[in-house]
Amino acid sequence: MIDANNEAAGKNSLLADFYREMRRVRTFEERVGELFVRGQSAGSMLHLSIGEESAAVGICANMRDGDTFTTHHRGHGIFLARGADPARMMAEIAGKEAGYCHGKGGSMHIADMGLGHLGANAIVGGGIPAVVGAGLAARNRKTNAVSFAFFGDGATGQGILYESMNMAALWKLPVMFVCINNQYGMGTRIDQATANPNLHERAEAFGLAARTVDGLDVEDVNEAAAELIAGARAGQPAFLVIDCYRFFGHARKDKSPYRDETEEAEGRLKDPVIRARDKLISSGMMSEADLDAWDAEIATEMDATIDFSIAEKEPQLSSMYRDVYAPGEPEPEPVRTRLERVLARE
Amino acid sequence: MAKIETTYRDALRLALTEAMQADDNVIIMGEEVGRYGGAYGVTKGLIDEFGEDRVIDTPISEAAIVGAAVGAGMAGLRPVAELMYVDFIGMTMDQLANQAAKIRYMFGGQIGVPMVLRTQGGTGRSAGAQHSQSLEAYVMHTPGLRLAMPSTVDDAYHLLRQALKQPDPVVFIEHKGLYTMKGTLDTDAEPAGWGKARVMREGADIVIVSYSRQLHHALAAAEILARENGIQAAVIDLRTLNPLDFDTIRPLVEQAGRAMVVSEGAMTSGVAAELAARITEECFDFLEDPVVRVAGEDIPISVSPLLEKHSVPTPEFISDAVRMMLK
Repeated sequence: MIDANNEAAGKNSLLADFYREMRRVRTFEERVGELFVRGQSAGSMLHLSIGEESAAVGICANMRDGDTFTTHHRGHGIFLARGADPARMMAEIAGKEAGYCHGKGGSMHIADMGLGHLGANAIVGGGIPAVVGAGLAARNRKTNAVSFAFFGDGATGQGILYESMNMAALWKLPVMFVCINNQYGMGTRIDQATANPNLHERAEAFGLAARTVDGLDVEDVNEAAAELIAGARAGQPAFLVIDCYRFFGHARKDKSPYRDETEEAEGRLKDPVIRARDKLISSGMMSEADLDAWDAEIATEMDATIDFSIAEKEPQLSSMYRDVYAPGEPEPEPVRTRLERVLARE
Repeated sequence: MAKIETTYRDALRLALTEAMQADDNVIIMGEEVGRYGGAYGVTKGLIDEFGEDRVIDTPISEAAIVGAAVGAGMAGLRPVAELMYVDFIGMTMDQLANQAAKIRYMFGGQIGVPMVLRTQGGTGRSAGAQHSQSLEAYVMHTPGLRLAMPSTVDDAYHLLRQALKQPDPVVFIEHKGLYTMKGTLDTDAEPAGWGKARVMREGADIVIVSYSRQLHHALAAAEILARENGIQAAVIDLRTLNPLDFDTIRPLVEQAGRAMVVSEGAMTSGVAAELAARITEECFDFLEDPVVRVAGEDIPISVSPLLEKHSVPTPEFISDAVRMMLK
């Protein structure tokens, strides 16, 4: 977890930290893909954020203890950049008891209240209004926390986003809307779904501080994020669009036949990980060998998450009825128990 | 065309294709229905044949998709709106329940809303709590909406063709676990009527009423029971839940004296609850046992394949339940 506000960290080491964290996100996502190929993931609805690492890392570096956030279905990188344990994440993606949600949530529903992660969502736009509520809580309880909604360009089609932006602006809440514009909502390119693709203009219309930043350079994302988040913390809700490119298909099985190879090849040139790496090398801050050593270290760390998730046990069947309601409340009666009871009469 | 071997998915596409060829007013609109060909491939290729004005890719705006279909239906088109997952129905519920379902009635019968909302639900793909639900009870609880849930390849075609002829809004819920199922489709055969249930298996000991994918689990259970216990279970496929064909259910239950309803939706206040109440009320004097519901557990669906599998009835569980009744 990076803290961009830590003044002991100079600019140079911050870029190195950004690189390292982005590499961790990318490598984790590659291992998620591998887990699927090995038939060990729970299902195939795995949405990778490869190409979008600067958004996760650039924003999360500006979060503070107590801040909260919700993410969309493509949220592994955000959670990892906020400090999640990748092994427990992978176990959740494998549907195992050791996962963050005990195998009940999976890739699209990972959450951890300890890190302020109010939950990933499989409903497009579903997690956005919760940050308005979290912003209200921060305001009324004077916690100085900001609540962040991460979503994709596809969510700008949902009315709930506009209802939420209006409330956040009306009530001057410490809320930050982060739109990761990877150009595609599933198989639909943004210009095929959006009459005006200048998304930040919509937020301006509601009175939010809004801008668009190129996600190619994580330092640019960090800079824009720092400014807007400082404003949000002071009660000026903000909206940041981060332009990037979704390197792969919508979900693990999608080979993206709806876009041509030239476009994909060009899109993948917009690589925030490589950009940061090149800057570190060309400025003499780090050598290629140093960075390779980091990469190898990260590969080892992430390989271990696969081993861990495969070795861990399945949830117990009896856990099925747990957590429908609060601890201590009666659990729902299993259908079989009910049948045995009903049919046991004389 | 006559008899062809095909899949549930292709039979649905054939129904859409023929309806669009027969009537220029039929349009399809929804997320990824055009260039992508539908999340589950049902509408693949239709945009090439019918063009972008009739096969319309929408933004991710479920409420407006359904609402626009309501308006298009009122204004003379025959819209087929696609909701990628039935789990997203909550976002459309105002347009569906307060608009589509009520327009004919509250406007004194001046106009109806001839639209079909195609969607799919159910478990089986580790798709998690927000992509695996069976929410047909939401629809069945709303007067004014018709509800069809095909379980066979034949019905994937015929029920969809029939749905496209209805004067009122039809919610058409497919099952994600059935798309690759193979079967024989006879497009020329006189289909079972709209609103008619079908007796899929005869049997004098108990009547199992089901629909959608659980129909296949019920049939598998009936096979197990016949083979292992000599129990003969009749199995009825409801096909449409509104209209509900009680006339097919009643005489079989009166004869067998026992009935079970099998459904994937959560048990409490579900479709099985409605059916069990109805059978109890109408066939009370003939019943030797309580009408039993074998339905989804009253819990959300987990992403864990193990928990997911046991959250809904399995053939083994259904056959166990029948044995418990008949012991």
